[in-house]
Amino acid sequence: MKRRPSGGLLDRDRALRFSWDGRTLSGFAGDTLASALLGNNVSTVGRSVAQGRPRGVMSAGLEEAHAFAQIGEGGATEPLVRSTGVELYEGLVARSLSIRGVLSPETDSGRFEKRYAHADVMVVGGGPTGIAAALAAGLQGARVVIADEGPELGGALLRDRYLIDGRPAAEWVRAAGLMLAGLPEVRVLPRTTAFAALDQNGIVLAERVSQHLPIADRSGLADRRLWRVRAKQVILATGALERPLVFPDNDRPGIMLASAARAYLHRFALTPERIVVFATNDDAYRTVFDLHDAGVVIAAVLDARDEATGGLPRKARQAGFEIETGAVVTGTIGDQDGVLQAVRVARLAGGGERLVPCDLLAVSGGWDPNLNLHQQRRGATRWDDRLATFLPGAAVPMQTIVGAANGRYGLNDCLVGGREAGLAAAAALGFAGTVVPAPSAGDEAEGEHASVWHITAPDGDESRSFIDLHRDVTVAGVTRALGAGVRHVEHVKRYTLIGTGVEQGRSAKVNAGRAVAGGIGLDFAQVGVSSGRPPAEPVPFALLAARSRGALFEPVRTTPIHPAHVALGAVFEDAGQWKRARYYPRPGEGMSEAVVRECLAVRNGVALMDASTLGKIDVQGPDSAKFLDRLYTNRIGTLKPGRARYGLMCRLDGVVFDDGVVMRLEPNRFFVTTTTGNAGPVMEWMEQHLQTEWPDLRVWLTSVTEQWATVPLVGPRAREVLAPLVVGMDLSKEAFPFMAVKDGVVAGLPARVARVSFSGELAFEVSVAWDQGLALWDALLDAGSAYAITPYGTEALDVLRTEKGYIIVGQDTDATTTPADAGLEWMIAQDKDFLGKRSLERPAMQRTDRKGLVGILPDDPGVVVPEGCHLVADPNEATPMTILGHITSSFVSPSIRRSFGLAMVTGGRARVGQRLYAPMMNGAPAVTIVDPVFYDPKGARRDG
Amino acid sequence: MHPNEHALHNPEFLWRNPDPKPSYDVVIVGGGLHGLSTAYHLARNHGIKRVAVVERGWLGNGNAVRNTTIIRSNYLRDESAALYEHCLKLWEVWTEELDYEILFSQRGVLTLNHNLHEVREGHRGMYSNQLNGVDSEWLDAQAVKEFCPIVNTSADLRYPVAGGTLQRRGGIARHDAVVFALARAADRLGVDLIQGCEVTGFDIQRGRVTGLVTTKGRIGAGKVGLVGAGRTPLLARMAGIEVPLQSAPLQALVSDIVEPMLPCVVSNALHVYVSQAHKGELVMGAGRDPYTSYAQRGSFHILEDQMAAALQVFPIFGRVHLLRTWAGIVDVTPDASPIVGITPVEELYLNCGWGTGGFKATPGSGWVFAHTIAHGAPHALNAAFSLDRFETGALIDEHGASVAVH
Ligand SMILES: Cc1cc2nc3c(=O)[nH]c(=O)nc-3n(C[C@H](O)[C@H](O)[C@H](O)COP(=O)(O)OP(=O)(O)OC[C@H]3O[C@@H](n4cnc5c(N)ncnc54)[C@H](O)[C@@H]3O)c2cc1C
Repeated sequence: MKRRPSGGLLDRDRALRFSWDGRTLSGFAGDTLASALLGNNVSTVGRSVAQGRPRGVMSAGLEEAHAFAQIGEGGATEPLVRSTGVELYEGLVARSLSIRGVLSPETDSGRFEKRYAHADVMVVGGGPTGIAAALAAGLQGARVVIADEGPELGGALLRDRYLIDGRPAAEWVRAAGLMLAGLPEVRVLPRTTAFAALDQNGIVLAERVSQHLPIADRSGLADRRLWRVRAKQVILATGALERPLVFPDNDRPGIMLASAARAYLHRFALTPERIVVFATNDDAYRTVFDLHDAGVVIAAVLDARDEATGGLPRKARQAGFEIETGAVVTGTIGDQDGVLQAVRVARLAGGGERLVPCDLLAVSGGWDPNLNLHQQRRGATRWDDRLATFLPGAAVPMQTIVGAANGRYGLNDCLVGGREAGLAAAAALGFAGTVVPAPSAGDEAEGEHASVWHITAPDGDESRSFIDLHRDVTVAGVTRALGAGVRHVEHVKRYTLIGTGVEQGRSAKVNAGRAVAGGIGLDFAQVGVSSGRPPAEPVPFALLAARSRGALFEPVRTTPIHPAHVALGAVFEDAGQWKRARYYPRPGEGMSEAVVRECLAVRNGVALMDASTLGKIDVQGPDSAKFLDRLYTNRIGTLKPGRARYGLMCRLDGVVFDDGVVMRLEPNRFFVTTTTGNAGPVMEWMEQHLQTEWPDLRVWLTSVTEQWATVPLVGPRAREVLAPLVVGMDLSKEAFPFMAVKDGVVAGLPARVARVSFSGELAFEVSVAWDQGLALWDALLDAGSAYAITPYGTEALDVLRTEKGYIIVGQDTDATTTPADAGLEWMIAQDKDFLGKRSLERPAMQRTDRKGLVGILPDDPGVVVPEGCHLVADPNEATPMTILGHITSSFVSPSIRRSFGLAMVTGGRARVGQRLYAPMMNGAPAVTIVDPVFYDPKGARRDG
Repeated sequence: MHPNEHALHNPEFLWRNPDPKPSYDVVIVGGGLHGLSTAYHLARNHGIKRVAVVERGWLGNGNAVRNTTIIRSNYLRDESAALYEHCLKLWEVWTEELDYEILFSQRGVLTLNHNLHEVREGHRGMYSNQLNGVDSEWLDAQAVKEFCPIVNTSADLRYPVAGGTLQRRGGIARHDAVVFALARAADRLGVDLIQGCEVTGFDIQRGRVTGLVTTKGRIGAGKVGLVGAGRTPLLARMAGIEVPLQSAPLQALVSDIVEPMLPCVVSNALHVYVSQAHKGELVMGAGRDPYTSYAQRGSFHILEDQMAAALQVFPIFGRVHLLRTWAGIVDVTPDASPIVGITPVEELYLNCGWGTGGFKATPGSGWVFAHTIAHGAPHALNAAFSLDRFETGALIDEHGASVAVH
């Protein structure tokens, strides 16, 4: 096409250079990549996926099936971007794509972000309908968001020569834009595509924030922004899309939609020399008028209808155009590059063909309301004979579909309909503000749309008559599918791949449905089209992830004592979102040396750890004891204030869910701890039961995990270290026995002290306010310095508790383990009910050959058999072997000076004394099954 | 391979479109993969001639064509390993047996571990697999990088990759092709495939099923197999049977077509599982919606979370486009294992509960279910997967074990 010396919505003062397949070309500000390419006479913009045929720009918008390009360089290169939606900028780098996009491993500096908004009225589409709707609702005082994918409002008005209130439509658009901008509650979002419609009127938008700017001007700006809008009312003013026609060689560069030819003229000042217009409806006649007025030779006007009696055809005749009704294109001829040179024309009724030379064939197969968002909400559609397309059925609740999206193509209809929808939406929400009169435009009476969609190949060869231009599927392909017995459009889609391309087969669907209907002799309305799925337009993965990248992927949770761990050189492990100190290596130490040192400090001296990540729940209310009795397998109600008890919870199926310590602070107040990982789940579990099962119970829960910092001070010297720090608290074992809790002051800080122990040693677990945690830690370290107090991490804790045969829920147990399996049958109260109890009575839960917790001692005391290894009786059995269980915890014990561990094996303790094997790819070490308590079985050490 | 090539593999003839006969020896309700596989095996393995599949929509419209097609057999429990390994062995011969290019590709399924707990569970699964005769190996972070170079193994990740388990024999297949292949194979063996035929009730006389009420009229049946996936609770209720299923949406998505870059299937506990299909698009699954529903659409935030998780592991995917998303309704049992066996109604059999992971089971599910229907009693491979295990408590828990939902 040729660029006219003036005209279009271009800024001629700003010539822009861009690169296309390595060539430097130029265009103007206001161009899209597609128009700039056409302006440089680039007619072939890519090759087709299956047959490798040359393809050119076939639309000026969403209908595009060919012109997809690789845009940008380096880490920000983006594959398969629709060229008709890319605004040209200085320095744009684009490449034509052969089928597959390219991704770059380089770092992408583009930033994607999210915003959330509430709207009274969300208007999707900024054409005449949407503008009228937004204005009407906005003037009523409603909070309106209006989004349009183009760089400015106007929609179809930008490509046509309409008059509104007797003046060029552009003036009305400008005035309306100013009015909208002046309304404080109205937000106009240009360059913004609504791509998803969610339940309860959630609309998700993608805004191009800086994509249209030269790279250098983007710094500090987001690349794109995802908006999640929740709207009380939604107005879909999404317009209609023009449909191509199917005939032999209908895919050449030089064939485009009739409305696109006008868009390239009016917006981009591009014209062909000789045009053939192939119409099935009245709208295409605008192309005849407009291009003629621009000096283009109208080589032929073909109308597939038997007669064309609408307003526009009549005008055309009056203006002297020769209109051939009942005439169609039966084929096209290309030059050596495949670019259109001439079309074959014939009458539907039969007779000879003639050749019409031209460089542009403008086709219009009719219009399809753009209903993707409506369909995403499962909105219905119905076939309309007069318009030969699917119109929306009833809108979904709190939504309205207006204008061309509702099959009302006349401009006046759009303006009036939009305004009414805006007023109605605002009124439904109780707004009553200014009402301005409707603008008006004179609509032409429109004739019926032809139901012609396909012109049979005169030679019967339908393998070049493309239905899906993007995926290269032809009439022959559909015929083949039908021959195979396939009937449903979804099967045809899967057999032929129709509609599976980047553009979701937007311009192919209706023709595909018709091909199927025709092929099997069914009514098209019954066959329908394959369903539209979100997103309405492709969006980059990065837009959905937005800022949840890198370090911001998930919050890092640290305790108030974290800086001390860092200063001590701790190695951390991830426990959910928490960072926990795993061990504290000293210079020259690896993990095993550090862990041995830390364990021995606990056993022989004094040590401390940061247990602040444990879940903590404050349970209050007169029914608290009753409530906890129902949750825990053991009795809680008998606990005296000031005392604590180890508690165990089951899921409904009787499987161990969580364990922790329950402290009774006052008759009606408990303080419950959970494992780190289950802090949330236990809280939810409690709330769920309070809210849905036992709403009669007067119990209130507060999660206080991040209100209390907790430091267990552990080891035979713990009492000596703590004594000077407490005021008026008798720490003797008589006054402060095991499982007692006292509130008091530690190191000048209000504190709660509990005598609970997960290592078997004397331990005082000190809790203070979260923000005083570090002060507590420092004070304890200070007080213990004379005793070589040693910080220990989770790894040492794991060894220590394993030596005692204490389980970790989720490590030594899994989703099949009952309390009895875990050796905790003593925790099951027989005289009360609790969650999971009934399940425990099922026969399979009672079997004696269930897996049970045991200890293991490897034959070779220097070999730590890996956790997760499975145990068998006969290491030489062929696979599949008879598996008896697996090792759940496995370490070297500094206290018994050898390797040891815990396992779950069938029959449990009945196997004590047996030798089993742990086969691996490289051997099968033998282990002896023993009692799971390896250290201080009588519990003599816990009082110090 | 060329993006359109597999369309050309589709044969000239797939199936007849017969009207239902007045009665059949066996009627299978549900024309998804498991229903088709059952019908095929009834005819092929057990010589039952008068078999029909009745399907309310079009063949495969449910989860059959909505899943992410991951195939693996590295399940934790012995019963599961035996069943899924049987399935995988059948996949290995199916292309030939069905005489159809189903694009079964054993490119390996890599399950990444990101913390100590996951590493421990990963090893547990691996050792169990090895003893059960299922191939499985451990890759440390370095080996992960070598096997799948686009995985981000940087220590700076929020949750760095600690390593992963690899089942090399795992992989993917093309779901549409498997539907076509099975339907064609069943049709050839004389099975009537009846589409657009919804079952709305059952004839049950003195505790025994004798026929079905459908939108195409009554169909008599000697035996009936229910294979309704997410809609099973509705079907079972028509027969007066309670099933312990929760039906919930599970979402998946595809990207646009990009150059080959992902040589295997990768999944992790952050609820990402992704592979690159033969055409070149990335196919990705997400977590299950946390509520029950029969609406085939999922929550948007699940997609957002999933993308964030995907870009942790694969930063290179940042600018690839989300092209289409959808959801299927998955039928999840309390122990995340399927139910395949007899019911309290005589001659009414049940195959459901495959939940988020039944694509891989397509061959074996039909194989054992056909056996169960033909003999009136389960095969050794599915005996443990009985409906009554939820009463006895003999569960086959696969929750804790497989961190992934596929
Ligand atoms: C998003 C997603 C991702 C998944 N990813 C994987 C994966 O990677 N790997 C894997 O192994 N599995 C995966 N799955 C699971 C897998 O898809 C299912 O387990 C499996 O497809 C279920 O078997 P089916 O194909 O027979 O089910 P379906 O295809 O759902 O078949 C059930 C059929 O029953 C029909 N039906 C229901 N009620 C009636 C009635 N009243 N009358 C007649 N017909 C009826 C339905 O219309 C349907 O066709 C995934 C599932 C989903 C949703």
